[in-house]
Amino acid sequence: MEMRDIKFTLNGNAFEIAVKPWRTLLEMIREDLHLTGTKEGCGEGECGSCTVIMGDKTVNSCLVPAVEADNQEIITIEGLPHGEKLHPIQEAFESKAGLQCGFCTPGMIMSAKVLLDKTPDPSEEEIREGIAGNFCRCTGYTKIIESIQAAAEMIKGAR
Amino acid sequence: MATFYRRLPRFDYVKPKSLGDALDLLKGNKLGAIQVYAGGTDVIPRLKARLLPAPKFLMDLKGLSELDHIEYKDGQGLDIGALATVSSLIQNTLVREQFGVLFQGANSIASTQVQNRGTLAGNLCNAIPSADSAPALLCLGAKLVCVSHRGERRINIENFITGPRKTILESDELVKKIHVPDMPAGSRGVYIKLSTRSRMDLSLVGVAVVVAAVDGVIRDIRIGLGGVAPTTIRAKRAEEMLLGEKVRDNIIAEGGRLAAEESSPRSSHRASAEYRRLMVEVLVKRALIQTLKVQE
Repeated sequence: MEMRDIKFTLNGNAFEIAVKPWRTLLEMIREDLHLTGTKEGCGEGECGSCTVIMGDKTVNSCLVPAVEADNQEIITIEGLPHGEKLHPIQEAFESKAGLQCGFCTPGMIMSAKVLLDKTPDPSEEEIREGIAGNFCRCTGYTKIIESIQAAAEMIKGAR
Repeated sequence: MATFYRRLPRFDYVKPKSLGDALDLLKGNKLGAIQVYAGGTDVIPRLKARLLPAPKFLMDLKGLSELDHIEYKDGQGLDIGALATVSSLIQNTLVREQFGVLFQGANSIASTQVQNRGTLAGNLCNAIPSADSAPALLCLGAKLVCVSHRGERRINIENFITGPRKTILESDELVKKIHVPDMPAGSRGVYIKLSTRSRMDLSLVGVAVVVAAVDGVIRDIRIGLGGVAPTTIRAKRAEEMLLGEKVRDNIIAEGGRLAAEESSPRSSHRASAEYRRLMVEVLVKRALIQTLKVQE
């Protein structure tokens, strides 16, 4: 079974690599590109910890064959900071304690990013909906919601 | 308990560029040789779990751009291409406004991540009894247009799904689109999902009601039940009893009771049969109240 040559943009950088047809996008990101920020939780699309942004939309990367990355633009958690400067959502999660063990956080932040890109001033209900596909087993979500509210304020303030 | 694998089995990948190419490739396809997929939100985890046989080829349908559409024609209804994602459906203004019950059903499916990839056609092809879009589509009399190298056939949704995880679809056949007739004149619809969590959960019971009442008399009534029988079912006896009746509290209560009698839920680790049946009664009543009481 032949390897497939694919071309894509990941976090603003162009890549051309060959992948096996049975490779998932998550495996490619973690094991071929060594970007281990994206986590594997359930591996079957239930938990959202592997969430990445592909073509402006959140996807569970554990369910996407890597060949489908061809011609796509992908953003992972590593693509959010500017150099040493964290993205406002990351800063807010840090200052508002929006994480405990941190395993769900990269996926949670990717969902929060798409939410805030589309809805800069979300209601609490919209935030809850926005992260409904991301499970957190530590925080009880309250601090995560507060973090996303704080991030929305920070992003608005920076404009 | 099935062994849990995190890795996909080995297969080759093929992405045909046109429907004709796809159907040619599928000619003579035997179970397990070619596994087709669109969004992959169901097929990929089932391949990982070895619940589907490892195929020789995984066929990605997303090259068939002619199947990626949502079109409405006045007086003819809604056509939803097999590649239309759940997200594209629920973001469609016309669907929200004119097919509210379908919008509510589709919007109840899983999470944004799954909706962004998964298709409405896939929600029907995987044929789980609790599929959230099925009760609404059953009420609306949806038809699936299926196509193979032998030709095209239109199948009513109640004949398409034949059992849990079973459809009438042949292994060389694809769903091309789903046709949804207009809502009956003057009707209102609602889908109510009961699940332990409000999101990212399968429905324990899903109830869709589409009803039209004129001068307080029920002139058209359809009740679809999900998760309480081997397939999504219509509560036909409750419908027959309600048709032509004046909207009254005791009639609505009787409708709920009859619908519960018609359901045949099974017990699982998620809910007992008794609980599901009780909830059918409650939810059908609730759906009837929501759709009928506001019309008075």
